[in-house]
Amino acid sequence: MIEIRNLHAEIDGKQIINGLSLTVQNGEVAAIMGPNGSGKSTLSYVISGRDGYEVTGGEILLNGENILEMNAAERAAHGVFLAFQYPLEIPGVTTMTFLKACLNAQRKSRGEAELSTPDFMKRVKAGAEKLGVPQDMLRRALNVGFSGGEKKRMEVLQMSLLEPSFAILDETDSGLDIDALRIVSEGVNALRDPKRSFLVITHYQRLLDYIVPDTVHVMSKGQIVKTGPKELALELEANGYRDYVGEAA
Amino acid sequence: MAAVQETVDRVKSVDVDAYKYGFVSDIESEKAPKGLNEDIVRFISAKKNEPEWLTQWRLEAYRLWLTMREPDWARVDYPKIDFQDIYYYSAPKSTPGPKNLDEVDPELLRIYEKLGIPLREQEVLAGVQERRVAVDAVFDSVSVATTFKAELAKAGVIFCPISEAVHTHPELVKKYLGSVVPVSDNYYAALNSAVFSDGSFVYIPPGVRCPMELSTYFRINEQNTGQFERTLIIADKGSYVSYLEGCTAPKRDENQLHAAVVELVTHDDAEIKYSTVQNWYPGDADGKGGIYNFVTKRGDCRGDRSKISWTQVETGSAITWKYPSCILRGDESRGEFYSIAISNGRQQVDSGTKMIHLGKNTTSRIISKGISAGHSNNTYRGQVLAQKRATNARNFTNCDSLLIGETCGAHTIPYIEAKNASAVFEHEATTSKISEDQLFYCMQRGLSAEEATALIVNGFVRDVLQQLPMEFAVEAQKLISISLEGSVG
Repeated sequence: MIEIRNLHAEIDGKQIINGLSLTVQNGEVAAIMGPNGSGKSTLSYVISGRDGYEVTGGEILLNGENILEMNAAERAAHGVFLAFQYPLEIPGVTTMTFLKACLNAQRKSRGEAELSTPDFMKRVKAGAEKLGVPQDMLRRALNVGFSGGEKKRMEVLQMSLLEPSFAILDETDSGLDIDALRIVSEGVNALRDPKRSFLVITHYQRLLDYIVPDTVHVMSKGQIVKTGPKELALELEANGYRDYVGEAA
Repeated sequence: MAAVQETVDRVKSVDVDAYKYGFVSDIESEKAPKGLNEDIVRFISAKKNEPEWLTQWRLEAYRLWLTMREPDWARVDYPKIDFQDIYYYSAPKSTPGPKNLDEVDPELLRIYEKLGIPLREQEVLAGVQERRVAVDAVFDSVSVATTFKAELAKAGVIFCPISEAVHTHPELVKKYLGSVVPVSDNYYAALNSAVFSDGSFVYIPPGVRCPMELSTYFRINEQNTGQFERTLIIADKGSYVSYLEGCTAPKRDENQLHAAVVELVTHDDAEIKYSTVQNWYPGDADGKGGIYNFVTKRGDCRGDRSKISWTQVETGSAITWKYPSCILRGDESRGEFYSIAISNGRQQVDSGTKMIHLGKNTTSRIISKGISAGHSNNTYRGQVLAQKRATNARNFTNCDSLLIGETCGAHTIPYIEAKNASAVFEHEATTSKISEDQLFYCMQRGLSAEEATALIVNGFVRDVLQQLPMEFAVEAQKLISISLEGSVG
């Protein structure tokens, strides 16, 4: 469960998050929608601990523990996962090497034993098969030359291996055709779990046809201005954000 | 910015303190008086009991050196060297020429142990699984131990200190010494020819594949001492050898001069693979101390279908000036150069290669990876030349530079010239930075900033690491982490 209370954050002295509060329960999938510039991506960076984003007030609790003092790697080890809108390429580092390094770094940080190579291979192969990620992709350099769909599938594969307790999907639908969107969404849906919470950031209702949220939040000017059931997304699709963007102070 | 800044700060704080080979050893040594003149040259020659022709060769080199000027075209900057303030000969006193390891000063053996160099061949022989590497260890100016000599002799391979080869195989030394790098080649090569003290000599007879890796470890210990080693490797027709050199030096506030010459010769269908892991002391964070590494390395593919391959991992030295080159004289001969050069702190690197295509259907390949951090400057300087006769010469060059932080520099200076219209030369170059985005991405997956940097750097140098003999690739990978991360003390 993640609880964000009265969060204020700025970058380069510019306030972007203005007293945002939001709770996502275990097992819940919450969607955040909002116009460009409302602070959605900033929120994802602040939660995951990106350098340069300064929190000036409020708190973020992950399963009751304040994570604001932790750096990005520590937050990851505590269960925060961000599926990037634009996953980064790491030339010369095979996907397999990257996955193993990350998984073991997190395990080490939690005081768990590192996975043996055979154990690791078993997990990766099983995860890759479920997502239809071909074996040769695992031997290629991470995200280098991958199509948009392959990159997003790789994000979901990483999520399935790292088993976060809280995952943020940042515009996961961008750049995906319908088939790729379906595959990626199925991957995410398979990871829905009573102990895991999701925050799905999107511009469009389309993604929410595939990853059906329990709750929809509307974000504007760094605040949550409206919360409702999944039908709220349809209403936004029909009427736009016009009715809500004025409400923030 | 913060993550990069943090990494940069970290790197800055650890780079030189992490130099784990910086200990000074208390070994009594015998030195020639400071400075250089004809008497010193004669003294060195006499110490080695050299034949008259070699003494004269040295003296001619010395006289030529006096007329030459220090090269100033490299992109490096250092105060003028006082060549009269250097000891040109230093030998561990207790080892006037050990016949076997039992005669070597145990203190010296302990030093090599500290450096992780296996000199005790019986120990290596005892370990059945362990891959065997024959080692020649050069301490200051003198070779102290060569292992596996008997085993190599069975295969007909000669692997010994060059000072010994002068006596045991004078005809080979006389024939090949200076035949690749002539005395007059450049300022430091002339100096080396005058005062070289020792180094390794290798001869692989026709048709022999050397049964093990050969390796030389160089260590500078004495203060104000120059190290001038001379390596000569000859691969006769159809033979093969893989050779590795490693280098370390203690931390000293003064700069120390290292001016080596390496000559390689391959005859028809022969191949030499020469790898270097260079980790001379780089100086402290303010650029005080460190080794001046002014080295001339050249291979002559004298025979048809012969091949010479240089692989280097350069992490040390205050200043590096070296261009391991290939003269592709034989038809269908091939030259390769794979390089990783890492600079940090105040280090200055001007390094690269020359591929001189003389024969027909000659091919060459250059893969250079430069990584700059701290306030360092890293220059790739490379020449690819096809002479008139070099029909169908082919070269592929790829130079990539990676910058870490805001205060370092990377430069690429290629010289490409084709005097034969059928030559095809390709040149690719990139410069990139470890981006804030990449670092954050890795950290979001659980890697620390240091682990992320190491992972990205290792990915960047992967093509070259793959060229190193297996056990040294692991060593090199560790060395890269130490140079950039300080994760190992």
